[in-house]
Amino acid sequence: MKLFLKIWRQKDASTKGQMVDYTLDGVEGDMSFLEMLDILNEDLINKGEEPVEFDHDCREGICGTCSLQINGEPHGPDRLVTTCQLHMRKFNDGDTIVIEPFRAKAFPVIKDLIVDRSSFDRIQQAGGYISVNTSGNTVDANAIPIEKHAADSAMDSATCIGCGACVAACKNASAMLFTSAKVSQFAQLPQGRVEATDRVMNMVRQMDLEGFGNCTNTGACEVECPKGISLENIARMNREYLAASVKG
Amino acid sequence: MSGLIKSSIARKLVMALSGLFLVVFLTQHFVINFTSVIAPETFNQWSHFMGYNPLVQFVLQPILIAGVVIHFVMGFILEAQNKSARGVSYVKYNGGANASWMSRNMIYTGLVVLAFLGLHFYDFWVHEMAYKYVEVKAEDPTRYHAETVEKFAPIWRTLLYVVSFVLLSLHLWHGFASSFQSMGVNNKYSPVIQKIAKIFAVVIPLGFAFIAIYHHLNPITH
Ligand code: SF4
Ligand code: FES
Repeated sequence: MKLFLKIWRQKDASTKGQMVDYTLDGVEGDMSFLEMLDILNEDLINKGEEPVEFDHDCREGICGTCSLQINGEPHGPDRLVTTCQLHMRKFNDGDTIVIEPFRAKAFPVIKDLIVDRSSFDRIQQAGGYISVNTSGNTVDANAIPIEKHAADSAMDSATCIGCGACVAACKNASAMLFTSAKVSQFAQLPQGRVEATDRVMNMVRQMDLEGFGNCTNTGACEVECPKGISLENIARMNREYLAASVKG
Repeated sequence: MSGLIKSSIARKLVMALSGLFLVVFLTQHFVINFTSVIAPETFNQWSHFMGYNPLVQFVLQPILIAGVVIHFVMGFILEAQNKSARGVSYVKYNGGANASWMSRNMIYTGLVVLAFLGLHFYDFWVHEMAYKYVEVKAEDPTRYHAETVEKFAPIWRTLLYVVSFVLLSLHLWHGFASSFQSMGVNNKYSPVIQKIAKIFAVVIPLGFAFIAIYHHLNPITH
């Protein structure tokens, strides 16, 4: 199929960017969206032009590195997939596809479609861990009995791959879904309860410091999340935060 | 505790609690207004009580005004912060693909409701203040029903009220149900709570609109 692409091109963080039009022929339905961009880049390189820079790593939906706002939606129109898992058969011959970087003040553009998501790393570093002494006497995590539904629910939260689609989709550029998933994966387990108060306070403080917006419960994040992280996580984080604030 | 106000979650809670407070007020206001249709005598008694009871006038009324002010000032602050959190806008943003129109346009439906409050204050509150404190007229517990019905004689005012109630309904549709999520309530009862909140969001504004239209169609003939 033949596609008309409108792609955000930006030389570097400090240069102003703009949309550039490309026409691409010979795209097959079973290619992934990133393979389609690979073909475009081969064309560009052959013509001696700068290829379009975009993020990717695993290309199987597990690392969270690929991004892209495709026709106004993060990871494109399909549900529960990342951009690397998005098939070109979701588009039709002759379609115009608008491709932009994820937009948030806390995700500044580095080049073209690549944004700096290290704000997520800093939120994680602020409390998204448990303190375990690993100097030779580490206790096996499975030695602590955990109710099955708590373990399953914590695992669901832990499937967040930190891609940032929640922020990109949210009209407020809020990072509540990501942060709440990272709070929740520990809050539901006995090992995580130990530092629960500090964790939620510190992670929310870092999230606010990074300049993400306020959550207004539109639910866009939940719909666009490739891993199906639910709004229940945000409600849980609200509870955790209120309880922690009262404790002081 | 001061950390509470600085955090995004606390601001969300302030929005939820002030909103819920206004929902309670709205219910009370609706019940009293409805008596103007079914029992004018009762409407007169209650209105007179509300207008002259010192607890209502000097304690509850200021609390109500504070509730309204907190809700809309916080709404403006959130909107400004959220707008700036995007940084560069998208060339194409398909908001309708993943969120309801109501949830994305709270600032606009809220602004219409706020503008309506201006008109409503002018229509009734300013009138009452003038009656009681400027013109210093004698208490008359029987005047309220006739005065209210008369207000809805002009079609333009009735229409403005009805349109505002539609926007209020859209605002409540997202706001009321969402306040529970903000307070951390998301459990097996949530689907039922959400349904009740949405029924409220339709029924109460519809009721207010009905009252306005009813009075417009049934003027008092002397
Ligand atoms: S919550 Fe979902 S959308 Fe947000 S970072 Fe995690 S996986 Fe991505
Ligand atoms: S490249 Fe790893 S999730 Fe897409």
